[in-house]
Amino acid sequence: MNGATILHFVFGRLGFHWLPFWDMLQEPTKAHIVNDSIATFAASLVLFGGALTVLLITWFRAWGPLWSKWLTSVDHKRIGIMYIVLSFVMLARALVEAALMRGQQAFGYGGGFLSADHFGQLFSTHGTIMIFFMAMPFLTGVINFVMPQQIGARDVSFPVMNSVSLGLTAAGAMLVMISLVIGKFSTGGWSGYPPYTENTFQPGVGPDYWIWAVTLSSVASMMTGINFAVTIYKRRAPGMSFFRLPLFTWTALCTSILMIFAMPPLTVATALLALDRYLGFHFFTNHLGGNMMNYANLFWLFGHPEVYILILPAFGVYSEVFSTFSGKTLYGYVSLVIATMSIAVMSFWVWLHHFFTMGQGPAVNAVFGTATMLIGIPTGVKVYDWMLTMYRGRVRFTVPLVYALGFIMLFVIGGLSGIILANPSVDYQVHNTLFLVAHFHNMLVPGLLFGMLAAYHFWFPKAFGFRLNERWGMASALCWIIGFMLAFFPLYALGLLGYPRRSLGYFDPIYTPYMEVAFAGAWVILAAFACLFIQLFVSVRRRREYAVPAGDPWDGRSLEWSLPAPPPEYNFSVLPQVTGRDAFTRQKEDGTAYQLPKKFSDIEMPKNSAMGMITCVGGFLMAFALVWHMWWLLILGSIGVIGAMIGRGFARDTEKIIPAREVEREHKRWLNEVAATSPVTREREIDPANVGLAAHPLMQAAE
Amino acid sequence: MSVVALKHPGLNLGPSDRETELKTEELLFGFWVFVMSDAIVFSVLFATYEIMRHSTAGGPGPAELYDIKSVFIETLALLSSSFTYGMASLSLKYGSSRRPLILWLCLTLTLAVIFLGLEAHDFITMFHKGGPPTRSGYLSAFFSLVPLHGLHVTTGSIWMIAMIVQIMVYGVDKEVKLGLLRLGIFWHFLDIVWIAIFSVVYLGGLA
Repeated sequence: MNGATILHFVFGRLGFHWLPFWDMLQEPTKAHIVNDSIATFAASLVLFGGALTVLLITWFRAWGPLWSKWLTSVDHKRIGIMYIVLSFVMLARALVEAALMRGQQAFGYGGGFLSADHFGQLFSTHGTIMIFFMAMPFLTGVINFVMPQQIGARDVSFPVMNSVSLGLTAAGAMLVMISLVIGKFSTGGWSGYPPYTENTFQPGVGPDYWIWAVTLSSVASMMTGINFAVTIYKRRAPGMSFFRLPLFTWTALCTSILMIFAMPPLTVATALLALDRYLGFHFFTNHLGGNMMNYANLFWLFGHPEVYILILPAFGVYSEVFSTFSGKTLYGYVSLVIATMSIAVMSFWVWLHHFFTMGQGPAVNAVFGTATMLIGIPTGVKVYDWMLTMYRGRVRFTVPLVYALGFIMLFVIGGLSGIILANPSVDYQVHNTLFLVAHFHNMLVPGLLFGMLAAYHFWFPKAFGFRLNERWGMASALCWIIGFMLAFFPLYALGLLGYPRRSLGYFDPIYTPYMEVAFAGAWVILAAFACLFIQLFVSVRRRREYAVPAGDPWDGRSLEWSLPAPPPEYNFSVLPQVTGRDAFTRQKEDGTAYQLPKKFSDIEMPKNSAMGMITCVGGFLMAFALVWHMWWLLILGSIGVIGAMIGRGFARDTEKIIPAREVEREHKRWLNEVAATSPVTREREIDPANVGLAAHPLMQAAE
Repeated sequence: MSVVALKHPGLNLGPSDRETELKTEELLFGFWVFVMSDAIVFSVLFATYEIMRHSTAGGPGPAELYDIKSVFIETLALLSSSFTYGMASLSLKYGSSRRPLILWLCLTLTLAVIFLGLEAHDFITMFHKGGPPTRSGYLSAFFSLVPLHGLHVTTGSIWMIAMIVQIMVYGVDKEVKLGLLRLGIFWHFLDIVWIAIFSVVYLGGLA
């Protein structure tokens, strides 16, 4: 065995030419210098960010607490928070990429400054990250944190599996991040259509990075779906019947069901593509009987339910926000539940509208076009319900409500453009143009992202015990709304002018002004993100002033607000007895809130487990080995993961007991704190006087 | 009243307290949901197989490649293994010693190994007859669907070995019971998938 073979065995396809600055050093042309400098800067940001994190953790001697309190924790609240941290990190990267793309197209008259290959990687990573590593972790994190508290449960059904799901998602995210430092990402877009992503056209590592990152994420989401659905079916507190569930929990249930049924087709699609690329199968190749239309079907069989996986939890958040900040019970609860369920079922009927132009004939197109328009009906029902919730309510213009108002106006516009696209004959004209890009961003940015940011503001005080600064939050919300409109409304016009999506540059100056407006919008959005960052910094600095230990800063309606902020590990000292919808509002009205339970009992909680971290590291190593063809590492990683799973089966002592005495002491301490605080009216909601005890509107009226 | 109410999906092992019952129900229900999700994976692959059935690209088709006798023996082995697993479940419920339980599990495992051995032999024969997965779209589809079932059987077998070792280490404790109940659901599910493979892939292909 000579040196080269050994090196090849150890490092697989890895080599110096995969470094981001290699071409620039070899051939210092202007194009190479510009593109490689950007790539190198991004790679060094990743490395610098990673090194800085490690340094800070070491500096604060936080490795021990980080390991025992967070990474190995199976507490649904901590796992939820870690999901959201992950999605903020990924959001930062994907936003910068979006701004870079807007920049390229703003200067794109005559070609712009980026190479086609670089631009292709940018839109592929932007889409992949936004869907799989920003949106999915964000909503999973919010559901994780909120849902068990809303149904009166102490944890999810399978806490260790929850931690494993987080580990696999994080492994996928790390894979996308490492692709900045070494190798190139796919240029095949977030949907990775073959045959372009086959070996014939992209023999490098790009599509492999995409395949394994997405596969890790899809397996994790499937497990998350099982976990949430079983939790909602089996862990509801006594009296919490289905039609008493808060609407957010309903949307969480529908999203989980969609995850269970829609993630497997994606796993199959990426696995078959991997078989094509690694073992020379012919599923989607151009020759020997390959059939790439089958990929389009498999992918969108996942892809369309996926957009409802993304949007439904946000609908749930908006329902909570409208109701809470209007001081009214939700209008049309039952119709909202039925609408949510209808959307979940109908989402499986419409996948074909993603490829009307691929030749399935007018009859089939007409059926799917009609089905697509039908989905607008339950969504319309929801919009009316939300508006009627506000009608004659005492609406408070807090940050979450501003997001919700931005959503309701922009989302209707986006929905109308969707109805236009649902008509196959119109779709033939505008498909594959920026009109489509404008449409789905118009659904997902106000629909999903604003919803998640509203959730972040709404439940942040519950998670950390202090409110977020309202002024910076408002600045951020307004920047998001205005920036969104500037960045995406011109894209509708550009699409109608025939500008194809994903294209690098243009040779007709008519596009330039629209592109420049969109670029300005990108800057406003970056400012919005900066405001969020400043807001967090300011709020942490003033956490004493914003503290809400009593736990109910917004006069909340569902059970999570009946807990201290932050809630104890076991959430409920004694499981609540639910008597109707808006369970906590009822408790406050009939005076049963903040009572000392008659009897406390021991609480059994799951012990910490390293399984999540093991699958995270193992999953990452396996995926990295697959990308770079380091077969020894693949075998090692699989042995590790399988061994850990078998070993976990042998574990017996997995539960710990929190003694009743400790629970009682903790509960009394909190009740004393509540007794010492004076309730505030809604007029002083964002005042330091608001420490989380709401004066009830009836009492307010009496005063 | 001596009516025994079903407390959770599948085999109920006997009376226990309410809390254990709820936990068991939750765990087994969760596993059912997982199996449902796995069934989607198989159904998508069945659909892919049906779409690509005639994409032989001039290569060999089912008539040249399938050996129905061998597949029939495999079917018998796998179906019998479901029966022996059923016997293992019964001795879990009614047996007092762990010996019959381990014996039935070992018998199941033997049948699974026979199944896997014959299946591997079939695949190798197909390779020799000029039908590797790289030959055509049809063979790609075949070699994603049928070996995936085999991979499931392999996983189930490794799980079964782990369970036998657990029985020897811990005896038949709560976790072992829960594990065996879940493995049972998995094992019978694989039987159902195999019946579909036998009917759709083999009988359908040769018809």
